[in-house]
Amino acid sequence: MKKILFALATTAAVLGFSASASAQEKAKVCFVYVGSKTDGGWTQAHDIGRLELEKALGDKIETQFLENVPEGPDAERAIERLARSGCGLIFTTSFGFMDATVKIAAKFPDVKFEHATGYKTAPNLATYNSRFYEGRYIQGQIAAKISQKGVAGYIASFPIPEVVMGINSFVTGARTINPDFKIKVVWANTWFDPGKEADAAKALIDQGVDVLTQHTDTTAPMQVAAERGIKAFGQASDMIKAGPQTQLTAIVDTWGAYYIKRTQAFLDGKWETTSSWDGLKDGILTMAPYTNMPDDVKALAEATEAKIRSGELKPFTGPLKKQDGSEWLKAGETADDGTLLGMNFYVEGVDDKLPQ
Amino acid sequence: MRIELERRPEVSRLFSILSPVIALALTMIFGGIMFLLLGKNPITALHSFFIEPLMEVWSLHELAIKAAPLIMIGVGLSVCYRSNNWNIGAEGQFIAGAIAGSILPVVFHEWHSPLVLPLMLLLGMLGGALFAGIPAFLKAHLNTNEILTSLMLVYVAQLFLDWLVRGYWRNPGGMNFPETRTFDPVAVLPEMIASGRTHWGFGFALIAAVAIWFMMRYTLKGFEITVLGQSERAGRFAGFSTRKMIWFSMLLSGALAGLAGIAEVSGAIQQLRPVISPGYGFTAIIVAFLGRLNPLGIVVAGLVLALTYLGGEAAQLSLGVSDKVTRVFQGLLLFFVLSCDTLIRYKIKLVWSNLTGTATEGAH
Repeated sequence: MKKILFALATTAAVLGFSASASAQEKAKVCFVYVGSKTDGGWTQAHDIGRLELEKALGDKIETQFLENVPEGPDAERAIERLARSGCGLIFTTSFGFMDATVKIAAKFPDVKFEHATGYKTAPNLATYNSRFYEGRYIQGQIAAKISQKGVAGYIASFPIPEVVMGINSFVTGARTINPDFKIKVVWANTWFDPGKEADAAKALIDQGVDVLTQHTDTTAPMQVAAERGIKAFGQASDMIKAGPQTQLTAIVDTWGAYYIKRTQAFLDGKWETTSSWDGLKDGILTMAPYTNMPDDVKALAEATEAKIRSGELKPFTGPLKKQDGSEWLKAGETADDGTLLGMNFYVEGVDDKLPQ
Repeated sequence: MRIELERRPEVSRLFSILSPVIALALTMIFGGIMFLLLGKNPITALHSFFIEPLMEVWSLHELAIKAAPLIMIGVGLSVCYRSNNWNIGAEGQFIAGAIAGSILPVVFHEWHSPLVLPLMLLLGMLGGALFAGIPAFLKAHLNTNEILTSLMLVYVAQLFLDWLVRGYWRNPGGMNFPETRTFDPVAVLPEMIASGRTHWGFGFALIAAVAIWFMMRYTLKGFEITVLGQSERAGRFAGFSTRKMIWFSMLLSGALAGLAGIAEVSGAIQQLRPVISPGYGFTAIIVAFLGRLNPLGIVVAGLVLALTYLGGEAAQLSLGVSDKVTRVFQGLLLFFVLSCDTLIRYKIKLVWSNLTGTATEGAH
């Protein structure tokens, strides 16, 4: 026993020495994750972004993160801990961290904060988001081409504008190909619950949809689609491993581009608060390879993607009607960001009642 | 062959006192080995687990915030467990209290008065007590097993809260997110000390602990609880009513869990969400036993458990380990504490055949 303890103590001392010797003056960039960094979806995408940031600017900065941080008082503590431990720039990567980030940002005016997908800013608190809906428009077009029945299934999380916007964009895209295209929506009321998401997928397939998309974070719907032999779209991360014969494409969140841009600005002393909302052209959002589809569909998807990138095509362009048939956008008119960010109505073609 | 635990005829006083220290030492050794195997410096790891959270004022405040609900619930549960009533549903009573107390700031949010906060706390206690009253009634009058009924009612409370915040109580200005409006300042439990965030929930927890300790030690009620818990028959000879004790202990622990719930919501979260507790009601069961069902011991146990949560976060940062590793480490600590306690009161006996087995009466 004594020998083991001695060995432990010596190793500890040696390790301790080397650890303190490598202490450096690098700036610290920190991340707060709501899930596990290996969730295969939302959080993993942020962690990949963090690793890209390290790769790009690793000689000037170091990164730290806290994972599985529950929203609420625990989040406040986690963010405060990071702010106190010398982080200069802190990214909080869940909508539910909004109020906690606002509170801590007010307490630490010298630390810069960035909150993903929220709407509250301060002189030292910026928000950032991605135009996921651009990818959903492309998905809608693919779905309309692939589907025999003209009905897609949509597994949604919460009826917030972000998600409603995605549903509308998907339908709008699909209807450019098939004007009668419809979607059925199931509200899973969760971001991350393999069981519920799988049940939702099964229910939709039983109702006769033959292509599936999701706005939740696990690969469970993809696996169900694979079992039942229909095609599906991945979400947040490339889910091709869960459905090698199933995934058509996926909206891949590539936050790295944004993290590098903002950290560089921070290092240059040029960081300013913004409400950033980037899309395909900025690289914050990438489409996974178009697979498991005929070549003409692939060509169509690639063409649409190129048009969105160049700005030639905006997904929400009139004429568009609301679900009840009333006019929303006149021919040629495009929706402004304010309307999109507060979106609480469906467009025509959604076979569901929006929970209010 | 089977393994049995045999009660020791005499429990060593010295080892009883040393038990937590031995457990801590064992945790450090095995935890250190684990960190070493992961390629992390065990000294840094242990330092960030046990020392770092105690070195700064803000961190001490966070410790108090995290410990407050654990202590408050644990103290109530100790009365239940000492009187042989197995309330496993404190998590549900916590939520019921939080919901009942939130009626004022959510439904009657336009009423601003200094009365709001005290009424909220009372409603919280009432809500928790009423919710615990269900298994109490079922046990006292229908002889059902309170372990099952109280546990299953947890899910009822959780789903009811979920339904409320997604439906009638949803914040009209909250972009459809499942949460209620944030509480008005008159409905927020104030901070206790100027130096940080600790709210009065921690103060209530300490008051509850001392009050229950006093009751158990110096009052007839305390004696009644102990007697009925140790031997129902003896209690009945003394004229104590088992049925009344079921009501008393369940309502008391329910009220304290409910108070913890409304204090947490009002002091720390300031709104209702689908999930308001990371399992405080269940963790408090561990806290109650870790504190050996002694209210003052529970205060210490609650602080220790809260420390491992905070330490886990500190370790994630200073070592870059996953939060899973910190959970394993918490598990190690609990395992050693409980097994040390058990082995001081019982000895392990290997029983080779059924014949000798009959001789070990009283063993588990």
